[in-house]
Amino acid sequence: MTPVATTPPMKNLLKTRELGILLALALLVLYTTINNSRFLSGQSIRDNLLNTAILAVMATGQAVVVITRNIDLSVGSVLGISAWAVATMMSEHQGLPMIVAILVGLAVGAVAGLLNGVLVRYGKVPALVVTLGTLYIYRGITYQWAGGSQVNADKLPAHFLNFANDNLLGIPWLVLIALIVVGGATLVMRNYRVGRELYAMGSSPQAAELAGIKVARNLLGAFLLSGALAGLAGVLFAARFGTVDASAGTGYELNVVAAVVVGGVAVFGGSGTVWGAGLGALLLTVISSALAVLDINQFWQQAIVGALIILAICADRLVAVRIARSLRKRDAHV
Amino acid sequence: MAEATALLEVHDVTKSFGAVAAVQGVSFPLYGGEAHALVGENGAGKSTIVKMLAGVHRPDTGTLRVGDADVDFAGPADAKAAGIAVIYQEPTLFPDLSVAENIAMGNQPLTRLRQIDRKAMHATADRLFARLGVHLDPTRPARGLSIADQQLVEIAKALSSEARVLIMDEPTAALSAVEVDRLFAVVRSLRDEGAAILFISHRFEEITELCERVTIMRDGKHVATEMVADLTVDDMIRRMVGRDLSALFPKQEVTPGEVMLSVENLSREGVFRDISFEVRAGEIVALAGLVGAGRSEVMQAVFGVDPYDSGVVKIRGKRLKSGNPRAAMAAGMALVPEDRRQQGLIMDLSIERNITLPRARKLARLGLLFGGVEKRAAATWAEKLQTKLGKLSDAVGTLSGGNQQKVVLAKWLATAPQLLIVDEPTRGIDVGTKAEVHRLMSSLAADGLAVVMVSSELPEVLGMADRIIVLREGRVAAQISRAEATEESVMYAAMGQEAAA
Repeated sequence: MTPVATTPPMKNLLKTRELGILLALALLVLYTTINNSRFLSGQSIRDNLLNTAILAVMATGQAVVVITRNIDLSVGSVLGISAWAVATMMSEHQGLPMIVAILVGLAVGAVAGLLNGVLVRYGKVPALVVTLGTLYIYRGITYQWAGGSQVNADKLPAHFLNFANDNLLGIPWLVLIALIVVGGATLVMRNYRVGRELYAMGSSPQAAELAGIKVARNLLGAFLLSGALAGLAGVLFAARFGTVDASAGTGYELNVVAAVVVGGVAVFGGSGTVWGAGLGALLLTVISSALAVLDINQFWQQAIVGALIILAICADRLVAVRIARSLRKRDAHV
Repeated sequence: MAEATALLEVHDVTKSFGAVAAVQGVSFPLYGGEAHALVGENGAGKSTIVKMLAGVHRPDTGTLRVGDADVDFAGPADAKAAGIAVIYQEPTLFPDLSVAENIAMGNQPLTRLRQIDRKAMHATADRLFARLGVHLDPTRPARGLSIADQQLVEIAKALSSEARVLIMDEPTAALSAVEVDRLFAVVRSLRDEGAAILFISHRFEEITELCERVTIMRDGKHVATEMVADLTVDDMIRRMVGRDLSALFPKQEVTPGEVMLSVENLSREGVFRDISFEVRAGEIVALAGLVGAGRSEVMQAVFGVDPYDSGVVKIRGKRLKSGNPRAAMAAGMALVPEDRRQQGLIMDLSIERNITLPRARKLARLGLLFGGVEKRAAATWAEKLQTKLGKLSDAVGTLSGGNQQKVVLAKWLATAPQLLIVDEPTRGIDVGTKAEVHRLMSSLAADGLAVVMVSSELPEVLGMADRIIVLREGRVAAQISRAEATEESVMYAAMGQEAAA
């Protein structure tokens, strides 16, 4: 047979959504820097990256869940319960090493995420409803536990608080963790069987069942990952801000979903990448700090994020319609 | 043809869905090195058998045996592990993934780091496509493939698993004759390597060409399992249908009246082109053709569900606006869609609500619906169509397929249409109800209704239609009158020159 011409990789890259985000990011940074050269100073870059880290970690888990045609709205509350649990633990046992804090945060989140997954899979309830319910449940538990009190920075051990500012080879730990999480998940979703199965499940749930994919296991895994990463984000949150009360992370779920959607993950599952979601998190963070630098009213920030989400979805729709039309014409015998 | 132990045996299996027994006490063996045909009318239970073998459904009673051991498939993964590959009637691809990934899903080649080896995966896809003699880019997404290409990807998928039992549920419905020949060559070579093949098709020439043994089913029951060589096609049909064709298709002779519908040069880019035909009062006109020929698409455009690019649709000489089903309904048109679960009925709503839905505005007083009016209107129609139901207030989803179809018909007949479009009116309905639906259509036509019927079932087309319009690849291939219509003439037109074999 004659070899079929395959699309060169470079051309594929140019078509990806991630490139669009990078371009938008570059333009934004360029414009802001022209107005205020301090925007590109070391401290400013560092702040932006630190602020992105927590969002990017959560966006990673969310992206995996959204790719399977589900959603996890409980991540803000999971962050809250994990941050509270870890802060309480560290204030009572000052000597515990950081790694224990991280493991406890991951574990708390994993349990919460697994419960979401079980309810979605075995309760046969849409993820939107389940995680909306657990959003309130997890938050309620945190309020009950905290009882109006808060853990202040002076109660937390120094090594825990320093973790947010310490570097490894010049890279802040928070940023390093975010890079590892985003990079690792991107690799798994791209190159490993389980990752491709998650894409397949989102692309056609029915076909995934028929193909013999272990749908239940993978779905539980996706929710567990999202929960665990939200739990990890709780630890990073506590270390970075030092003061934790029961309302930590309230409303974060919407930022996370926004980052994922802006990052090019289709809300109907099956397409998009984890690193795109990470870029989405970076873009949202940079927008908010750029607005501050440009002295634009912060209230505009929400409107801009909203516009970006709609733009992202319109772009998806436009591309889909165009592809459908060109394929229809190409394959038509009429 | 070694008659050793069967690779796979279906033993006395039964499966019911709700009150409907889809399969009752069916047994047959699949031998290695043999192609086995499974025939029966639509709704005879073939697809249920396939789904049991695929691990999608579990038999209520009876057993499946692989080799010497009884097996109990908990899911499709178990069936796959037992060496069974299935090509379903409806393609089951992942539109967002590449063609190569679709083929490899579940057993992707891995590198030493247990990552997916994309190079090997694409090479495998290329090799399989070469074997099937098709040109498809393994890296393109499955989204947007034509139905025939999707079917070919399904076939490549089944081949890639190197299964010992290959089950094909109407794999040829969307393929051209050349592609069918290639598929058969591949299937024969698999058979000669010792695989067992279960082949389902409505085309008897394919069965006699490919298969050694045939199992005939009727109404979910096992009729016979015999060697194909010992049977004529007529024998098979007689056993499949189990009654005279005339009883199944009670067509009344009607003199056609005035022109109800006229369609002139209707085109939609990439879907159909230059479609022109007329339908008169009292006439039943069938739209025939292969799956994907554009039959349903034409009628949906006529009704206004889908847009069209150019052309004219007239009802009783009056031009109808495009893309406006409400105007079509007001002009006296009714469309009974192909997929009654998705498009025809609201499954969770009561029977009476479903029947009166299109007329809800007319039945309403001061904008409000009162139960009494609805109930009376619904009861009249349910009785006219002899619908078997418990209470009118039961959800439609609780009815059998045939009775659901009657409710859809009642729903539209209640609007007193002058032109009725029915898309696959008897798909998935048992033979008895099928005859009732046919009788109903015939008597409606006798009362002066114009009927357009889209159907894939050749006997139904031949038995019911006054005139047959055959579509091929989006164009009118032929118009055949009732007198001239034979199975051959319709199939020849539907398949074009390539059918000469």
